[in-house]
Amino acid sequence: MSETTVERQGRGKHARRGRYSPGGPWRFGPPRAASLWSDAWQDLRRRPMFVGAAFVIAVFLVMAAFPWLFTSIDPHDAATCHLSEARQGVSDLHWFGTDNLGCDVYARSVYGARNSVVIGATTAALTALVGGLLGLFAGFAGGALDALLSRVTEIFFAIPSVLGALLILSVFRTGSVWTVVLALAVLAWPMTFRITRAAVITVKGQEYVLAARALGASSGRIMFRHIMPNALAPVIVVATINLGTFVAAEAGLSFVGVGLQSPDISWGLMISDARRRFLEAPEPLLFPALLLSLTVLAFVMLGDAVRDALDPKLR
Amino acid sequence: MWRSSTAERDGRVPGGEALLTVDGLRVEFATRQGVVRAVNGVSYRIDPGETLAVLGESGSGKSVTAHAIMGLLDTPTVRVPAGEIRFHGTDLLGLREDDRARIRGRRIAMVFQDALSALNPVFTVGAQIGEMFRVHEGLSRREAERRAVELMDRVRIPAAAQRMYDYPHQFSGGMRQRIMIAMAIALGPELLIADEPTTALDVTVQAQIMDLLAELRRESGMAMILITHDLGVVADSADRIVVMYGGRVVESAPVHEVYQAPAHPYTRGLLESIPRLARKGRALPAIEGTPPDPLAMPTGCSFHPRCSYRQDNCVTDAPPRYRIGPTRDSACHYWREVLDGSHG
Repeated sequence: MSETTVERQGRGKHARRGRYSPGGPWRFGPPRAASLWSDAWQDLRRRPMFVGAAFVIAVFLVMAAFPWLFTSIDPHDAATCHLSEARQGVSDLHWFGTDNLGCDVYARSVYGARNSVVIGATTAALTALVGGLLGLFAGFAGGALDALLSRVTEIFFAIPSVLGALLILSVFRTGSVWTVVLALAVLAWPMTFRITRAAVITVKGQEYVLAARALGASSGRIMFRHIMPNALAPVIVVATINLGTFVAAEAGLSFVGVGLQSPDISWGLMISDARRRFLEAPEPLLFPALLLSLTVLAFVMLGDAVRDALDPKLR
Repeated sequence: MWRSSTAERDGRVPGGEALLTVDGLRVEFATRQGVVRAVNGVSYRIDPGETLAVLGESGSGKSVTAHAIMGLLDTPTVRVPAGEIRFHGTDLLGLREDDRARIRGRRIAMVFQDALSALNPVFTVGAQIGEMFRVHEGLSRREAERRAVELMDRVRIPAAAQRMYDYPHQFSGGMRQRIMIAMAIALGPELLIADEPTTALDVTVQAQIMDLLAELRRESGMAMILITHDLGVVADSADRIVVMYGGRVVESAPVHEVYQAPAHPYTRGLLESIPRLARKGRALPAIEGTPPDPLAMPTGCSFHPRCSYRQDNCVTDAPPRYRIGPTRDSACHYWREVLDGSHG
């Protein structure tokens, strides 16, 4: 029995750092690197919220990459839709029912995951890159560059994002994945900028940055090697949470008709198409909405878990 | 008086080349409440291979002077309205930033007080020590790692080859300070500035770190500026002492002369407040009053509100640095009385 106890202690929360562990020498085996990131990973693996969110996200990623693994019907092929079978309920043949045109809602939902994931991930990566880099430069340089960039972001903050996206998308007549990404990224980078800038300013004041300078590190080296890795955590967290909101924003834009257009398949479009007959046939609206909510929730939960794991004070 | 060269003021032979001279340095910080004169005409010199202790309480300007030497004062609120810092005769304050960067780390290096905050938390110590070689000498990762282990051995870190893969938070305070020292001496600097290197450590570890610094200095022949507020640390390790108060040098002398007989009331107060066995059972003397408000420095001698030797002219006339010995000076109008008082 005592063996089990020891084992359990050894894997417990405090086992991550040898020096804090209450236990004996059995834990001081091979040297194991423990950094902010590996500590965070050890912490994450034990969080049910993270594991659950990661699992859901993994399923959606596979669905986005290989939709044919999930369904044998190709919804891009019009021959798979039969008008005579429109608005059927859930059945063995049509797990999520059929829509107004008699197409299989399940197959369309599966194929719709790709656009949502691509738009969400690309926009999140783009905002993290642009906002993050500009925030890094502004926070590090300070002075005129910082003032200029900060004023620019304030202008962007003043634009209501829905109206802004509507405006940008209405400039391009046809909505496509890339115009939606562009519209969302243009409006979203200022938030990442602000968060990065604040983190960089905090890190810049740390003594190890001064020490690095005192030992002859160049500005570029200080910025990318000493400041950036230490200011990265909040950016990653925001990017993860944003990814979920971008997925939702794409659905919103497609719903109001300026985002993706048929014959593209997206959850937002499906919801939009199904809304007029919602009372007769709720399935074509409910199922894509459910998948959408699940994806957004999974990313927000992932972001939350990552934030908690990267903040040692919350452990 | 203030126009004379440092060498003259310190009473050295002008022929001997100083490694570094600070001459009439002034540093000002603009604050909301007004201009703080953190360093107000500081001059000292250090010869090659010498250890100079710069002693003073918090706010005396000792660290700001060190940062000025390193060229780390570049926040928009700082101004250096006057003064020179000559390193091998070149005025560092007149150099371009990239020329200064070439000196930092390579020829003048610095050890900070709190090694935990002075080491980057997200990199292993081996990577951080190795970075010195990779950046300055362009070594490969493998070669830099090898040199890092050598250095960690040299600063007596046990099992260096394994511990180089550990992160700063996994080391004890003393070991972390050794790592900081290893980084500072990596490129064989001619001058090491140690800013309160032992203040964050407990007493037994303090002694080990001071021994290590002394040993490294003996081996390499580098000069060292040891900034401290602890006279106990100074006695065994320094050749000369510079005592600072209120942004000025108040006394400058060889260490043993200061310990024998301080020539400034402030130095005297510092010496008397060291706990000694002979005084056991009696209250420890302390310097009365509080450090001066940097925004409202006292007129005349800035120490006069706390000084037991005070006369009327101390309130009005700022004392020059009186030459009182071949290599010694004191900024006190009544240094003779202070010196005599020490004997009696």
